[in-house]
Amino acid sequence: MNKIFEIPLYPYTRHPDQDASSPVRRKVVIVGAGPVGLAAAIDLAQQGIEAVILDENDRVSFGSRAICFAKRTLEISDRLGCGDPLVEKGVQWNIGKVFFDERKVYDFNLLPEGGHRRPAFINLQQYYFEEYLVNRLRALESEGAPVSIRGGSKVTSIEDRGDHVSLVVKTPEGAYTLEADWLIACDGAASPARQILGLDFVGRVFEDNFLIADVVMDAEFPTERWFWFDPPFNKGQSALLHKQPDGVWRIDLQLGWNIDKEKEKKPENVIPRLKAMLGEEVNFELEWVSIYTFQCRRMERFRHGRVLFAGDSAHQVSPFGARGANSGLQDTDNLVWKLKLVIDGSAPASLLDTYDVERVYGADENILNSSRSTDFITPKSEQSRIFRDAVLDLSEHYAFARPLVNSGRLSMPCTYDTSPLNTTDALPDAPARARPGSPCPDAPVGSGFLLDQLGKGFTLLVLNTDAPAAVSVGEVEARTLSIAATKELAERYLGEATSAVYLIRPDQHVAARWGRYDETAVKSALARACGKEL
Amino acid sequence: MANLILTPNLPRADDTYADLLAAHEGLSKAASDALNARLILILMNHVGDQAIIREALKAAKLENESA
Ligand SMILES: Cc1cc2nc3c(=O)[nH]c(=O)nc-3n(C[C@H](O)[C@H](O)[C@H](O)COP(=O)(O)OP(=O)(O)OC[C@H]3O[C@@H](n4cnc5c(N)ncnc54)[C@H](O)[C@@H]3O)c2cc1C
Repeated sequence: MNKIFEIPLYPYTRHPDQDASSPVRRKVVIVGAGPVGLAAAIDLAQQGIEAVILDENDRVSFGSRAICFAKRTLEISDRLGCGDPLVEKGVQWNIGKVFFDERKVYDFNLLPEGGHRRPAFINLQQYYFEEYLVNRLRALESEGAPVSIRGGSKVTSIEDRGDHVSLVVKTPEGAYTLEADWLIACDGAASPARQILGLDFVGRVFEDNFLIADVVMDAEFPTERWFWFDPPFNKGQSALLHKQPDGVWRIDLQLGWNIDKEKEKKPENVIPRLKAMLGEEVNFELEWVSIYTFQCRRMERFRHGRVLFAGDSAHQVSPFGARGANSGLQDTDNLVWKLKLVIDGSAPASLLDTYDVERVYGADENILNSSRSTDFITPKSEQSRIFRDAVLDLSEHYAFARPLVNSGRLSMPCTYDTSPLNTTDALPDAPARARPGSPCPDAPVGSGFLLDQLGKGFTLLVLNTDAPAAVSVGEVEARTLSIAATKELAERYLGEATSAVYLIRPDQHVAARWGRYDETAVKSALARACGKEL
Repeated sequence: MANLILTPNLPRADDTYADLLAAHEGLSKAASDALNARLILILMNHVGDQAIIREALKAAKLENESA
C-alpha cells in the first residue's frame, strides 16, 4: 500500500535552531500541520511573514476524516494559491436523496447559483486536502518565502513572556527551546497547547457513536449524497453514503450510545453491517474505519495574549454540516491579515481581539447549526422523535416539510454582523448578502472572477461611480478596483442602487459600503476596519 | 407586532372540533401522536410567521394569563 497518509512528507531533520547557543526567536510559530496550521503558514508566507510549523507527526491526516470542503474554503484556497488542485481532484455533486425507513422520501438538487468560480462544495479526502496545502507550502518555500515545516517536533511547554512566547520542542534527538513573537495553536481538538496553558474547553457531548468507514468499491452508486433515517439495515439509527475521489465512499453508520467501540471497529463486525447496507453482491475494501463520539464545544476566548487558537483546538463541532475544517480555514483567513498589520506596526495589538470576537461568533453559529442537525438525527426525547418522524413522513408528500429535514446544513461562511470593525451600512437598500460583515459574493468579471481580484490588502470596490486610485490611513492602503457593474455584480452588490463603493477587507469580507465615494467616510471606515477605533 | 388570535375565531366551532376528534378515532396512541405532530407542522407552516408561532407556544404553555 502506498497511501499518501502513510508517507512521511516532512520527516524530522535536525534544524540549526537546535544547536543555537541561545534560543532563536521566530516571528510566528504554528503548532500543528493539520489543514488549519498549513493554511495559516501559507497565508503568512505569502505576505512575507516568517512562519515555522511544528508538528509531532510527519505526515498528513491518517484516514480521511473531513470530506466536504465548502465553497468558501475553496475561495480561501484560491487566495492561498492552491484552489485548482483541490477542485480538479474533488468530486462535485448536486443531488441528494433522503430515505426514511424502507422508502425514499424525496430528493433535492442544490442548484448552485451561476456566476461563481467555485462550486457549492466538493468531496475530497482530508489527506489530499492537506497534501495539496503541503505542496503549496513547499512551492513557496522553494521560491524563497520565509516558511518551513518541522516534523517530529512536539511542543511540550508554552510560556507567554509578555513580549514573546517561549516553547520547548521535543524531537527524536532531544528537546530545545524556541521563541516566537506570536504563537498560533492549531494542534487539534485535544490541543496540548490548551492543556499546557490550563485553558477551558466546554460544551456538550452527544451521547451517540458513529462508525465512519471509507470503502473502496467499483459499485454503480451515483455521485449523490444519500442519507437514511431509520433504515432497515440500521434500525432506529441513521446512515450516510457519500462519494469521494478514487472510488472511495464515505459511510457513516449511527450506532447509538451503549456499544463496545473496540468490538464494533473490528472488520468482522464492520463488514456485515456494510454488506447489509450495500448489498451482499457488492465487493469493497475497507480503507479506513473509526468510531466517533461527537462534541460541540469551544474555548471561551481564542486569543490569550500572544497565543492564538485556531481550528479544532479552539472549537469542535459534530461533523454533520461539515463545519470543522471549513470553519478552521475561516479562522486563519480572519486572523492572518490582522496579525500581519499588528506585526508591521500598522495596527494596534487590540485588532487581534476582533479575531476573537468575530470567530467566537462564527463558532457559536457553527455549534448551533451542528447541534440542531445532531438533535434531528438523534432525537433526544420521545416527543422530539415524534416530530422528527412527522417531518420525514410529511416530506414525502409536501414540499413545505423538506426544509425542516436536517441531516446537516451546508457550511456557509459567517457574516460578522456585530463586528466592531464594521461601519454602519450606508446603503441598506442594496442586497443584504453584501452588507457589512458579509463575505463578498463572487461574480464574473471580464474573463475571470471578482474574488480573484480581492484579498491582497484592502480593496475599494467601486461600481458605476468614481474614486481615487487608492486611499490610505497611516500605512494602510485600500486600492481601488473600479468596474462597470455586469448583471451578476449589479444583482449581488447594487440591487436598487445605481452605484456603490465597497470597502473590502483582506479576508474578502465587506467592512463598509456607500452609494458614492466620500473621502472622510472611507478613511474613517478604513481606520475602523484596522482596529484603530477600538 | 404579531397578533395571535385568542378570541373565538372558528365560524363553526363545534363542527371543526368534531373533525379533530374524528380524525383521531380508532387510532393507537402512537398513530394519534404522529397525527398531532403532522397537524401541528402543517398548521405552523400555514401560519408562516415566527412571531405568531412563538406567541402561540407561549399561550399553549398557559404562561401569559393575566388571570
Ligand atoms: C469523521 C469526521 C468527519 C469530518 N468531516 C468533515 C467535513 O466533511 N468537513 C470539514 O470541514 N470538517 C470535517 N471534519 C473535521 C475536520 O477533520 C477537523 O475540523 C480538522 O481536521 C481540524 O483541523 P486542525 O488543523 O484544526 O486540526 P487537526 O487536523 O487535528 O491537526 C492538528 C495537528 O496538530 C498536531 N499536534 C498535536 N499536538 C501537537 C504538539 N504537542 N506538538 C506538535 N504538533 C501537535 C497533530 O499531529 C496534527 O497534525 C470531520 C472530522 C471527523 C472526525
